[in-house]
This record gives sequence, structure tokens and C-alpha cells, in this order.
Amino acid sequence: MLIRFLLRRLVTLAASLLIASFVIFAALYLAPGSPLAALSGGRTLPPASIRVLEARYHLNDSFPVQYWDWLRGALHGDLGVSIVLRENVSALIASRIWTTAGLVLYAAILIVLLGIGLGIVAGLRPGLLDTSTLVLTAVAAAIPAFVAAIMLILAFAVQLRWFPVLGNGTGFLDNVRHFTLPAVALAVSSLAIVARVTRAAVREEQGRDHVQTAISRGIPVRRVILRHVLRNAAIPVTTIAGVTVASLIALAAVVEVAFSLNGLGAYLVASAQDKDLAVVQGISLVLVAAFVVVNLIVDLLYAVLDPRVAAGGRAR
Amino acid sequence: MTTPATDAWPAQRRGRRAAMLRAIGPLGIVSAVVIVVAIIAAVAGGWFAPDNPDLPNLSLSFVGSTAGHLLGYDFEGRDVLSRLLAGAQSSMLGPIAVVCMSMAGGTLLALVAAWRRGITDTVISSCLDILFAFPGILLAVLAAAVFGAGLWAAAIALSVAYTPYVARVLRGAALKERSLPYVAALEVQGASGTAICRSHIVPNVLPLIVAQATTMIGYAMVDLAAISFLGLGVEPPTPNWGVMIFENEVGIPQGYPLPALAAGTCIVLVVVAFNVLGERLFTYAQAVRR
Repeated sequence: MLIRFLLRRLVTLAASLLIASFVIFAALYLAPGSPLAALSGGRTLPPASIRVLEARYHLNDSFPVQYWDWLRGALHGDLGVSIVLRENVSALIASRIWTTAGLVLYAAILIVLLGIGLGIVAGLRPGLLDTSTLVLTAVAAAIPAFVAAIMLILAFAVQLRWFPVLGNGTGFLDNVRHFTLPAVALAVSSLAIVARVTRAAVREEQGRDHVQTAISRGIPVRRVILRHVLRNAAIPVTTIAGVTVASLIALAAVVEVAFSLNGLGAYLVASAQDKDLAVVQGISLVLVAAFVVVNLIVDLLYAVLDPRVAAGGRAR
Repeated sequence: MTTPATDAWPAQRRGRRAAMLRAIGPLGIVSAVVIVVAIIAAVAGGWFAPDNPDLPNLSLSFVGSTAGHLLGYDFEGRDVLSRLLAGAQSSMLGPIAVVCMSMAGGTLLALVAAWRRGITDTVISSCLDILFAFPGILLAVLAAAVFGAGLWAAAIALSVAYTPYVARVLRGAALKERSLPYVAALEVQGASGTAICRSHIVPNVLPLIVAQATTMIGYAMVDLAAISFLGLGVEPPTPNWGVMIFENEVGIPQGYPLPALAAGTCIVLVVVAFNVLGERLFTYAQAVRR
């Protein structure tokens, strides 16, 4: 059952990636402004060099041919050549992808550990802690990543000098030190949302009849919480954690720019400003693929948590 | 959870208004006030501005708070309070436009899918599933690469990215409404699909639409400000809260955080207000729908 579910989801994933690749390619193909002008930097070129450039960048091929070439190249890891840097887009992406992946992973760990942890504690213990969590997360949920970034830079990098302000750092420990403020900035609003949803889910499951029955029958509370409350609460929590972690992939661009990290997102923004379309296409494709794969992983987690999903039903 | 009995209509309506106020609560009313103030600033902020928001004076660059200029001056020596007031317009207009466009598109798609069901529904739902693969910020960056930086390119890209979220929620509600006996009764009487949707289904899911639009303005505001912060949205020197953070970020390591923080505070305040009000309206919408 799970295998069939996985196969079905993989087919959908391939289809949506194919269509997404078409949309990305077509949108930038239609972009006004000739690629030749970008290549020559506005100078008028002799016809011979124009022909060389046209042949090199396949500018005379029809749209379907260009798309097919690009797609075939992409499947083999070749995303074309950057017009600004004259280097392979794949190589340019490869040198930056770990910055973004590390940042998103760090933020995801913060969201899952702290967000869900805080939500469970607040859900299980009504009182002052619960109330303060509710108020705090309501505000934190509305703090955009770039506002969080400037606040963190101000507090921890400028005033307290605990963390470096800018750059990637070298070596693992130094990387962690450099990535801590960006990861917190990226995580803060999602963390608050995940904590709120977790708290609500734990509360709701606690009030259910079978939980009350189990407690009244004298089953140890710790066991009831683990087996009945948390297991059932895991389903909505997985949804919201998955959605927010997936959204970090695009949002990382903002944090990378704010902290001058040399990642994919910051490079995408710079390339969009320079009209370096091959790079924009390549990075967009990578980001969409990552986004879709994270969503697939979340769907699989559902199927594991709730067997009805694999059987063709929907998660609650 | 009891259904109101068939008491007289005016009484029921009055009850609903009271229920709505109760659902919104004092915090919701405070939020509504914040939103109204922000809208007034967006409409007439330029008039209230004590100083010219666009006139640079480099000798005043990053001068702190003084009497008459409570929030000090920005990196180019412009009065921060005046720029905040003038910037309300582009900061509020963008999100409102995004929400109007995505609500219109999403509602239309949801109604067509729910009304026709069958193959139309399948096609629309699959298209929306593909759109889900594009995060809003990514679409906006793509739009900026194609059309150049600007508020409108970003707003259109975001409304496309938000449409599937609107459509998914409303399709569910509309499908539920579609299967109720009164719709079948109207069909038997010969009422057209558009007429039933317009005068019955839309009014019945309206609380949900309003609640969703309110929450979505908050999201749109954050995303649009982020895009302006990236330099791909509203372009300097046009006053805008996202642009103000982008412009004045250089002041933070130098010890002049006030201009960037003031703009950030405006964004957070308005977003919190929209989120709180949206959440309260959503609770009310669900209570109405039982």
C-alpha cells in the first residue's frame, strides 16, 4: 500500500516538475530584451561575432528546440552558461547550494525542536507558561525574516558582539557560528506558528473522549499522552511543520541578502537584477525541485502517521 | 452548537451582529483600529507628514531623534516620520491589490470547480496543484527578472501564487454548499448556475472569504516588503516601509538603527493587526457555518 502510494506521488512529482520547468523556461524566454544585447553589453558587434554568439547560445533555434535542449541538459546536470560570469551555471549553483541547504536545515531543526517542544509544553501545562507562550508567539509569528534579521544583527552582533555580522565563515564550528543568527531570523515566525498549531492540537486531542476514558481507567498519564495525545496531534503538526519548512527554501533569499551570505537565494536575486537569465532559470528550477521534494517527504510522513492516507483517503 | 430555531429574521440578524462582536473581542477591536489608522495613513499620510519625505539633506544623515523630528533622519537626511507616513500608501496598496486579485481569481476558480464538478473540477484542481510548486517570493523574483523590478510585477506574481490557497479553501466550502438540498431545489425551479452562485453560494461563504482576505493581507504585506527589501519591488527613492529597511540597514552596524527599526515596527504592527482580526473573523465564520 505504501509502495503504491509512493509510486503515485512520484509520478505526480515528475509531472509537476516538468510543467514547472516549462513555465520557468517559457517565462524567461518571453522576457523583453535580446540576449545578444546582454552578451555584447550594448556594443554593436560585427556580423561574424553575432553568428558565433548565436551558434554558441543556440539563439536561432525555435522555442521547442531550445526548451528541449535546455531540459535535456538540465537532466544531465548542465544548466547552460551564465552570461555575466561566463561560467557553467551548474558549477555556480554547486558552489552556493550548501550555504542555502545548511541555512534551511539549521532553521528547520530549530523549528521542529523548539517549535514543537514549546507547543507540547504549553499544551500540556495550562497556566502562566501557556499564556506567555501564546502572547509571545502571536507577536513572533508576525515578524518577517528581514525584520528579525535587523533586530538580531542589532542585538547580538552590534551591541553584544556575540556573533559575527556578515559572511559565511570557514570550518564547521565557524560556519555554525556564522549561520546561527541567519537561521534564527529565518526560523522565528515559522517557529511561532508551529508552536501555536502544536499547542492547539495537543489541547484538542487531550479533550477527546478516548483520552478521558483512558485516564479514567487508570492508564498512566505519561502513557496516555505518548500513545494517544501526541500520536494523534502529530498529524496537523506535520502538516504545518512541512508547509513552513518548505517555505523557508524561497525565504532563505531574504536572510542571505540581509546577512550577506553567499547562497543560492542571494545569487538568484542578483542574477534577476543583472538579467542573467540562464542563472535565474537554473536556480528557480533547483528551488522548485527542492520545494516539491520537501512536500513529497511530508506526504510520506503523513502516510506513515496515518495509514488512511496511503489507502487513498485524506489526512484530517 | 445548537442551530438557531426559526425565530424572526431581524432578531436572528441582531444576534449575529452581537455574536460577531463577541467573536472579535477587545483585541480584535484594537486590531481593527490599527488597521483603520494604517488605511488613513495610506490615503492621506502625505498630508500629515511634518516634513518633505523626498528631500535629501546629507548634512542630517542619520541624525537621531530631536524635538519636532521624533524619529530622527534617515541615511540621506530625510525625516523618518514623514517617510513612514508617505510610505504607508505603497506599503498598504500593494497587499490590498494582491488580495483583491487573488481572491477574485481564487473565488471564481473555486465556484466553477465546485459547480461543474467532474472533469472541470479535476482540471482546475490539478492546475492549482502545479501552482503550489511555486513559492510566492520565487514567482516574484522571476517576474522581476522578466519585467524588471517594480511594485506591480511583484503584486501580480504574488496574486498568482496566492490564488491556489484561496481556491482550495473556498472550493471545499462551495462543494459543501453545492450539495445542500436548497441548491437542488433552486435548480429544479430553473434558476441558472451563475444566479445561484451569485445570490446564494457566494453570500453563504462570504464570512469565510472575508476572513481569508484579512489574514492574507498580512502575508502579502510581509512578502511584498521582503521583495522591496531585496530591491526587486518598490524602487527607491519612493517611500515604502520595506524599502526603508533596505536603505537604512547600513545604519545598524554604525549604531543608527532607528530608521530601519521604525519601518520594521510599522510592518509588524499592521501585520499583527491583520492576523489577529483575520483569526477572529475565521472563528466567527466557522461558528456561522456551524
